[in-house]
Amino acid sequence: MARYGMAIDTRKCVGCMDCVVACKTENQVPAGEARDWIAYETAGAFPTLRMEIRSERCNHCDRPPCVACCPTGASHVAQPGHVVLVTPGACIGCKACLASCPYDARFVHPDGYADKCTFCLHRVNGGLEPACVSVCPSRCFTFGDLDDPNSAISRTLASRRGHTLLPAAGTGPRIVYLD
Amino acid sequence: MTPEFFITRHNAMVDPFLRVWSWEIPVYLFLGGWVAGMMILTGFTLATGRHRERPCAASALPGVGLVLLSLGMLALFLDLEHKRFVWRLYTTFQPSSPMSWGAWILIAVYPVLVGSWLVRPPALAADLSASVERASLWLQARASLVRAVGAASIGLGAALGIYTGVLLSSLGARPLWSSGLLGPLFLASGLSTAAAFAHLVARHTGERESMARLDNLALSLELAILSLLMLGLLAGSAAQADGARLFLGGAFTAPFWVFVVLVGIVIPLIVQSLAVAHRIQHTPVAPVLVLTGGLAMRFVFVYAGQASHWAHGVWASLP
Repeated sequence: MARYGMAIDTRKCVGCMDCVVACKTENQVPAGEARDWIAYETAGAFPTLRMEIRSERCNHCDRPPCVACCPTGASHVAQPGHVVLVTPGACIGCKACLASCPYDARFVHPDGYADKCTFCLHRVNGGLEPACVSVCPSRCFTFGDLDDPNSAISRTLASRRGHTLLPAAGTGPRIVYLD
Repeated sequence: MTPEFFITRHNAMVDPFLRVWSWEIPVYLFLGGWVAGMMILTGFTLATGRHRERPCAASALPGVGLVLLSLGMLALFLDLEHKRFVWRLYTTFQPSSPMSWGAWILIAVYPVLVGSWLVRPPALAADLSASVERASLWLQARASLVRAVGAASIGLGAALGIYTGVLLSSLGARPLWSSGLLGPLFLASGLSTAAAFAHLVARHTGERESMARLDNLALSLELAILSLLMLGLLAGSAAQADGARLFLGGAFTAPFWVFVVLVGIVIPLIVQSLAVAHRIQHTPVAPVLVLTGGLAMRFVFVYAGQASHWAHGVWASLP
């Protein structure tokens, strides 16, 4: 069974926000909300500053706390791909999933249910890449099956160093930021 | 040096920190804990056969509990964003979700509260309804059934009280809530507020006295658990220690120390200790302070927990 993940090359990402616009368009994300976003992090002291630009979204964790705490099963792990999804008609809007996510990746849709990135599973199941991946002008995304040793993402992760966000939270995030 | 962090997202519920729960959840947790304490007190009275003495714990608390629990569930319902799908809570049971456990516990609590109420219904209710009187007489004639209702009331009351704390502590993304002690803390607080209420409304001096003693025990326990909770957080991860510091110089220092510790625990403990030692008379001041402190505790923990978070800057800390 596939286990989708994403590697994002922070040396290539320029923070152009094409991924954000593509996601909003593809998934009709309501105005004022976002399923993905850009984070700019600057560290160090002048003049030895370092900066990382990251395209962030739901990490589709291996141990998703949002799924564990959901009282109705609306948040669930879908196959193929082990992708975390929400069934709007089963969500009561209790917001426990928002409180349980260390990445603050969820929002409440104006219709009342919890919403988030789906890895564009509707596109992926049709043989396409997620919208954010397909539009990136610097090609900084690599998307694919982490359990397939011959997939592009597995080969990338075997050859490059990277890090996940908040590993101490213990959720097993599946988005890796290449250093 | 602290890294700078900018983000293009602006989600009012999570940026710059979590703000998903407002007054409804603290009120629900307070009322739930309070009713849990009432169920334990009533259950003990029924299980030991003391209800025949018609104490306040048997005659008044179950009815008040029914009203308070219904108000709490109304507050919980008001908090939901997708209200017309609330029935979905009862189409499934999710064992990993404390909220799912809570939803089913609440369903089981109602019939037990009604059963407890029927053992010693208020005289007015029995006078107005012949069926209430018949049901009450039928129940009173079956001592083993009354004891079973009492035992169920104790068990479900404990489950309800602990659940109100576990609901928060299961959300590990908020470091301040990452402690298994929140369940026992909220249970002790629920027991304390229930005893305080019984102390407030009991007519018999003996019952008032015993409720004050019980409240002192629950308050002492609450203070001990609160101290252990703080020690545990300070000795935990950096994020948990930062969460504890919200009460130790941080944004929630004043409400925590003034309303939760002093008003809610220390002052009533001193006043009631003097009262049970017959140094001063029993006054309604101490129980009212306990109830105020119980409500303040839920507000402070819900709001402070939402303000605690795993700090960004993981990348910056790498060599």
